[in-house]
Amino acid sequence: MRVALVVLAALLTAGAAYAQLTPRLVAPLGPASVQEGHILFDDRCASCHGVDLQGSAGVPSLRGVGAAALDFFLSTGRMPASVPSLESPHGPPQFDRKQIDAIIAYVTSRYPGGPPIPRLAPPPPGVDARQVFELNCEACHGVYGQGAVVGYGWVAPPLNAATQTEIAEAVRIGPGMMPRFGPDEIPDAKLDALVRYVVGLHTNTYDPGGWEIGRIGPVAEGFVAWLVGLGTLVGLIRYIGTNE
Amino acid sequence: MIVRRLVLWLDDRLAIAPFMRHALRKAFPDHWSFMLGEIAAYCYMVLLATGIFLGLAFDPSGTTKVYHGPYTPLDGQVVSSAYASALAISLEMRGGLLIRQMHHWAANVFVAAIAVHAMRVFFTGAFRKPRDVNWMVGVTILLLALAAGFSGYSLPDDMLSGTGLRIAVSLILSIPFVGSWLEAIIVGGQWPQPQFSGRLFFIHVFLLQGLIVGAITAHVSILWHQKHTQFRGPGRTAKNVVGSPLWPQYAFKSIALMLAVAAVIAALGAYFEINPIWQYGDYQPAIVASPAQPDWYVGWLDGALRLGPALAIHLWGHTIPAIFWPGLVLPLAYFGVMYAWPFIERRVTKDERRHELLDHPYEVPVRVGFGVAALSFLAVLELGGSDDVLARFARIPVESLVSTYRAAVFLAPLALGWLAYRLAREMKARRSEGEELPGTVTAVVRNEQGGYEAVEVVTPPAAEGA
Repeated sequence: MRVALVVLAALLTAGAAYAQLTPRLVAPLGPASVQEGHILFDDRCASCHGVDLQGSAGVPSLRGVGAAALDFFLSTGRMPASVPSLESPHGPPQFDRKQIDAIIAYVTSRYPGGPPIPRLAPPPPGVDARQVFELNCEACHGVYGQGAVVGYGWVAPPLNAATQTEIAEAVRIGPGMMPRFGPDEIPDAKLDALVRYVVGLHTNTYDPGGWEIGRIGPVAEGFVAWLVGLGTLVGLIRYIGTNE
Repeated sequence: MIVRRLVLWLDDRLAIAPFMRHALRKAFPDHWSFMLGEIAAYCYMVLLATGIFLGLAFDPSGTTKVYHGPYTPLDGQVVSSAYASALAISLEMRGGLLIRQMHHWAANVFVAAIAVHAMRVFFTGAFRKPRDVNWMVGVTILLLALAAGFSGYSLPDDMLSGTGLRIAVSLILSIPFVGSWLEAIIVGGQWPQPQFSGRLFFIHVFLLQGLIVGAITAHVSILWHQKHTQFRGPGRTAKNVVGSPLWPQYAFKSIALMLAVAAVIAALGAYFEINPIWQYGDYQPAIVASPAQPDWYVGWLDGALRLGPALAIHLWGHTIPAIFWPGLVLPLAYFGVMYAWPFIERRVTKDERRHELLDHPYEVPVRVGFGVAALSFLAVLELGGSDDVLARFARIPVESLVSTYRAAVFLAPLALGWLAYRLAREMKARRSEGEELPGTVTAVVRNEQGGYEAVEVVTPPAAEGA
């Protein structure tokens, strides 16, 4: 019993001394949001991206990536990744809005630069958003924004869960295999109209012809023609075509 | 009785009684597989009926106009008149979308029915002399149906079908020496040309339908003249056809089938959306979307292009593009073998006899093996044509699928063809073993001592047909 008490006291003393004497790697600086962002970053991001945002093997550096990229990856839940060096698919964000803003404030205060979060405005009249989508987006994302493969295991994801801001950010930063579309390719006014069109693709479903069969076009139609159409008719002739 | 009075009325004027007496008594074999071709024929009737409706409402001109209509995302866009009128049929005309969707579904089921009918004819040996002629007419109908389907779904001038037409024009361009001349003749210049819409309409509505109606007439007339084949069975010989007479039994079956085909096509048109051209948008050469497939019966050609190696040949300043081999030579060779099959089989088997009775598929193992191999070759190509869709849903890199299919396009026909050949041989061997002792049954009888024993009782053989 005495031995146990001595060991416990020794452990407590050593632990307290260790906690006091271990230096903090970088002291939090600046306004409160930056400090909070710093703590969150060191806790959840630095193990891969580095305490100095330098990145590591297979992990990109975050120096000067800009607010748009940070907001896009954090608010779509793609980061922090559950598997190191492998981006997660679109899902619920792991931080709340205030925390995301704090991380953005911290990262951009240490290494400024990069595209800012696009500020969306009501689009001016006369912008043909559909034409912008047809020319730039649907080759990979499909006519419904339903997504498609783009090769080497990459997928152009479906656009049905993204917010207007997230779509605008993706256009400006070009995440993953996606090309980056700067203001020279897609001016702000066209971007404003485009994001509304894309969100409209999944909010205004328009299928006057009946069941849309998964929206994958003639592949699904072929299955229906064979299985439902010809299948029913062959079943019928087996019934009426054979005389007992 | 209405039919009786009608026949008498016509007989008074046209003296049709001898023909009708013969025709109404014509025997149709009692096996369901003989109605597969009828499904195709009735699909074609639905196609003609809905096609007349669409043809009257459709404006095939390639001029452009500004779209104003109920589909607001396209409002204010400059589109072709053909596309605008296909949209108007779909979204503004009462019942227009139903008829358009029925027409499209009927085309998809039409070609499927022809394919299954051709399989039945192939695997039972119905194509043999003297029906080798009609087999070739049938292959011609299949080819014409493919052309009619492709030209038909390209008419609305939407993005998806325009992409398909662009591929077809590229295939024409890939023909050595004459490609660019042919493009100029067919398209009327370099692709795309506004006058091509009108040409395509003529090709689809007049040229191909005239040829198909003619070919179907020939097909049915030859069938009528040569009479049906039939499976072997009691009382069935090379000189007769056992079955139901046309009137009244078979006629009612056939009318029931006609109504069922119309009902199934109408249900498909009413409940299943097909080819939503408003979503695809009008065709502009710079625009393409993914996933992009043709209708199923062209999918194997798309697959051949996707799986074909990128081997362009440069000879004496001329280039034979890579797509020439999988896109043109391969389908021509495939159809060439189909046309020639009755003669190939005759050459190999040295069988010059006339055949009125059918084989069961297993009875000719080599034919079964070859047919299964040819079908699995097509199936792999068809899978290749939809590789991006499978890659998406199965989360497999599309490149892995392509290399797998490239191997499978050779291995699957060999493996499946061999398997079918072995199975057929096995079945044939077992059946003929059983047939060596006709009429012999084992029975358990009580003997004189009061015990039981098994004896073989020989009964007189049943009356053998053929």
